[in-house]
Amino acid sequence: MNSTVTGKLTPYRIISGIILAILTVFLVFPLYWIFTGSVKTAADINTPTPQWFPTNPTWANYEKLFSNPAGLWLFNTIFIAVVAMLLTCITASMAGYVLAKKRFYGKAFIFSAIICAMALPKQVILIPLLKEMSALHLHDTLWAVILPTVGWPFGVFLMKQFSEGIPNEMLEAARIDGAGEVRTFVQIILPMVKPGIGALAIFTFITAWNDYFMQLIMLTKNTSLTISLGIANLQAEMATDFGLIMAGAAVAAIPILAVFLMFQKYFTQGIAMGAVKG
Amino acid sequence: MTTSAIKKPLKQKGPSKRSTVLGISQAEARRETISAYLFLLPFLVVFVGFVLIPMVMCLWTSFFDSTMAREDIFVGFGNYIKMFQDEIFWKALMNTALIVVVAVPTVTAFSLWVASAIYKMKGAACSFFRCVFYLPVVTGTVAVTVVWKWMFNNYYGIVNYIAKGTGLIENNVNWLGNEKTAIWCIILILFTTSIGQPIVLYVSALGNVDASLVEAAEVDGATRLQTFWKIMWPQITPTTLYILVITTINSFQCFALIQLLTSGGPNHSTDTIMYYIYYKAFKLYEYGYGNAMGVILAIVIALFSALQFKVAGKRD
Repeated sequence: MNSTVTGKLTPYRIISGIILAILTVFLVFPLYWIFTGSVKTAADINTPTPQWFPTNPTWANYEKLFSNPAGLWLFNTIFIAVVAMLLTCITASMAGYVLAKKRFYGKAFIFSAIICAMALPKQVILIPLLKEMSALHLHDTLWAVILPTVGWPFGVFLMKQFSEGIPNEMLEAARIDGAGEVRTFVQIILPMVKPGIGALAIFTFITAWNDYFMQLIMLTKNTSLTISLGIANLQAEMATDFGLIMAGAAVAAIPILAVFLMFQKYFTQGIAMGAVKG
Repeated sequence: MTTSAIKKPLKQKGPSKRSTVLGISQAEARRETISAYLFLLPFLVVFVGFVLIPMVMCLWTSFFDSTMAREDIFVGFGNYIKMFQDEIFWKALMNTALIVVVAVPTVTAFSLWVASAIYKMKGAACSFFRCVFYLPVVTGTVAVTVVWKWMFNNYYGIVNYIAKGTGLIENNVNWLGNEKTAIWCIILILFTTSIGQPIVLYVSALGNVDASLVEAAEVDGATRLQTFWKIMWPQITPTTLYILVITTINSFQCFALIQLLTSGGPNHSTDTIMYYIYYKAFKLYEYGYGNAMGVILAIVIALFSALQFKVAGKRD
């Protein structure tokens, strides 16, 4: 437990180690319970005495889950997260660069609109957004979730912060060498803001994957649901089939956990940079 | 008009950036504006279309009695007046306030404590803990919530089993079906999904504290606690304020937990503003009323955000 720099075993250290261990168990246990619960039989789940480790593991819950169109739900979720991520990275890096490095008429106005929008909670626009999406015949399509996610201004704000670090001399040099705007952006700006794009990509992916409220309002057909919505519906219909619901939770959690663990570094960097700069 | 507006900022920045100011002609400025807007265009289309317009519509519709399949009727401030006479709205407001008042200090204090315990650890150990505390955030509210719902279950839940085993309770408690306990369960789960981000922020803030000051204090014989409060605490205050603000905003917006666990029940004891808006707008189709509550919530949250921007601006 004791891996601190000075490494002396004081009572404070022992107590803090114990509290850390308890907190860790407390936060990791629900995940353990999802995964073990998903392979337990109904008989092993519906007992007042919990079974700490699955003794008769079974795939039955997963079979049942995928007979609901869970595969399709998973595809929908991946589609939403990937497309929202790509579009956000493209639009935000372009807009962020211009807002950081160019001077043009209306810039202050646009930037204050972005700041104001960022200060407001996303959920309050859902009621008008639903009407708008219905009018555009986008309701119950995946685009109804993707487009507002891409329009959310946080990404532009983050990319503006990153673009400000680019030295003006580099842009001058590119201009003198006769590089056009597009070439300057692709060959000089993009490589320099790569860490920012990495952070934004994983942030958008996770947000879009988990944006339950938006999905709940915009998607209603069984074939256009996301995996989160699917589990929520299963829970509403079959409240006590915990094995099935845990299988759903596991299927929803595994891909996003994998993405997080792979790109963890970008993510923590992004939080620290984007946030602390405010 | 156009040129003067463009030249002003140029003049202000003039002394420090010689090369860009001299020799920028009017034609060049126009060219630059056009190319800037071409770069902005893709973002602006979605931003205006799917964020700004709905925001304006939210404010606009809040002055109407608006529902499905019928023309809106103008009611002026009717929705707002109705809100202040609506007992359930007040109850939801009180519940939201309770969640904020309990969750925000606990989350902040705990995350500061955890961060101070782990930030000096060797690389792998520190990332391990940061990762553990971030897991519930990444796993997603729905997956986390459904497993807690099972754990709190009256008959098959592990919480009752452990609480009975350790003698805390004698008979099974219906945690989520009881007016007194339900909201505390929600706060507990909210806590587990809220501490990840503050811990990451604190770890990086504590890592940036000037080490020579800390060493100097230790040489002068300051105790650990003194060093913390006198040297480190002032330096991480901006991070603390930021964490207070984002945790407050997140707690205000607590929705999925409630929709999935209790649907606001029993007897409205777990209604929050966000859930009540959802209930009125999307279950009872009272769009105008829902929007009016949304406007109030937005104002409250905007005030907190403004505070945060002010604090952030001061640091530069």
